[in-house]
Amino acid sequence: MSVEPVAVLGVGMHPWGKWGRNFVEYGVAAARDALTDAGVDWRDVGFVAGADTVRNGYPGYVAGATFAQALGWTGIPVTSAYGACASGAMALEAARQRILSGMCDVALVVGADTTPKGFLKPNAGERTDDPDWLRFRLLGATNPTYFALYARRRVDLFGATPEDFALVKVKNSRHGVANPYARFAKEVGVDDVLASPLVASPLRLLDICATSDGGAAIVLSSMDYARRHAGSGPLVQVAAISTVTPTFPNTVIEMPNFATDSAAGLPVPERTFKQAIGDAAYAQAGLGPDDVDVAEVYDLSTALELDWYEDLGFCAAGEAEGLVRDGATTIGGRLPVNPSGGLACFGEAVPAQALAQVCELTWQLRGTAGDRQVDGARVGITANQGLFGHGSSVIVTR
Amino acid sequence: MPERRPIVEGWFTTPTDGTPPALIGTRCTESGTYFFPPERVASRAPGHLDSPLEEVELSNRGRLWSYTDAQYQPPDPYVPVTDPHEPFCIAAVELTEERIVVMGQVVAGVGVDDLQVGMEMELVVDTLDTSTDADGVEVEHLIWKWRPVAEEATS
Repeated sequence: MSVEPVAVLGVGMHPWGKWGRNFVEYGVAAARDALTDAGVDWRDVGFVAGADTVRNGYPGYVAGATFAQALGWTGIPVTSAYGACASGAMALEAARQRILSGMCDVALVVGADTTPKGFLKPNAGERTDDPDWLRFRLLGATNPTYFALYARRRVDLFGATPEDFALVKVKNSRHGVANPYARFAKEVGVDDVLASPLVASPLRLLDICATSDGGAAIVLSSMDYARRHAGSGPLVQVAAISTVTPTFPNTVIEMPNFATDSAAGLPVPERTFKQAIGDAAYAQAGLGPDDVDVAEVYDLSTALELDWYEDLGFCAAGEAEGLVRDGATTIGGRLPVNPSGGLACFGEAVPAQALAQVCELTWQLRGTAGDRQVDGARVGITANQGLFGHGSSVIVTR
Repeated sequence: MPERRPIVEGWFTTPTDGTPPALIGTRCTESGTYFFPPERVASRAPGHLDSPLEEVELSNRGRLWSYTDAQYQPPDPYVPVTDPHEPFCIAAVELTEERIVVMGQVVAGVGVDDLQVGMEMELVVDTLDTSTDADGVEVEHLIWKWRPVAEEATS
């Protein structure tokens, strides 16, 4: 079921960091850069979609309108999307649908966040019917708890070692040094990772991504509009956006739940939720894992990057450690993963992150990624974490 | 003596006659699937929205799906039980009969080095924390926890 492509006319980002300023400022900076990159005047944009932040009060819940107001009201229709880590992809999908249905030629998508310090925690108040509150109150289960449950299975089932996990961080930190938008532009070694404090066994502090402030924006357009307006460089296209939900019974524990569906009663789906996220993207694009030249995947933890190698079909289950050990996923390797430096170098700015992945792949496919360029990249895939029933994968081509 | 009270009502039994405690779930009678925490609104098995849901006690044993620990004190609304924080383990166990993976804290004294994916675990009811409620009553909150099944004497 191939879907018509839309064009990535422009991309822009505000550097990630812990700036402590209003998220709107990062979003506007990213939007301004994306519009400039696209050569599009804001007044010519026909639709705006915002990816919501839930940590910045009401303006964050109506992010689309917040950014539209900040850029100057022009009377265009708006949407705001929230889907945890997949929020940016959901906003991107809303923009794509507008364009493919012929309701507009050009759309702007923006996501930005300002994050608090430390563990992400639930909203305030005693909410005994909210699993996100209950997991902290009943179990003391933080986000790293879940990342560690997945990591531990790699250790016990596949023989993964702390050194394997550290190699992911080492690779991503090397990539991120060449990225002006990354928050942590410093190479770290295996010893640095192993010397960092344990947070949730087997994961250490440097195995787990931080939370960051940041902003990213994308200008999408119809292919017709792009042919008329784009510059001379390669035209990057969105070939697929997957925002699928799990299929019952979902037998892999997923944040913020503390129990899975039951595998007794109804047949368990052949593909896990995370596998299904990638499957849907490949099907939409009419492409497969063998076609991929570069990937940006959600390394909330080092071990989760390895899970994605398998879930996206880059290798069989239990073989991901081999890919990182062999250097296959480093820049210059067979299939570079996270050339941007990934979450290891950015820290997560939830509503901006899925868009930042697409920004990076756009630069990679244009051949303008500088010292972190993946030579000859023509097909890129993103993946982000399926949590709270959300996840996404975007495929871009040129 | 603080009053002993389950941290959540209707999610687990607290027998006083020495029989083992159990989680309380519901079962979709049409599809045969189970839910924990007990689903009381409607069956979440697709196509069985109108199925009756019956309350059942779940298996109190299962296989360890995965595990970790909390080396740092979790943020509010977690209630600290020691000062300073002492790491505790968290396990995810697949219940034998219902094949639901249920997370829970592991009883004190068990570390990650004592655990292995696939090992048999059993449910216990234990103290979560002791705190003072809105009426000024000191309450010992009860919660389900996991512990490794004592190895059968083989030697």
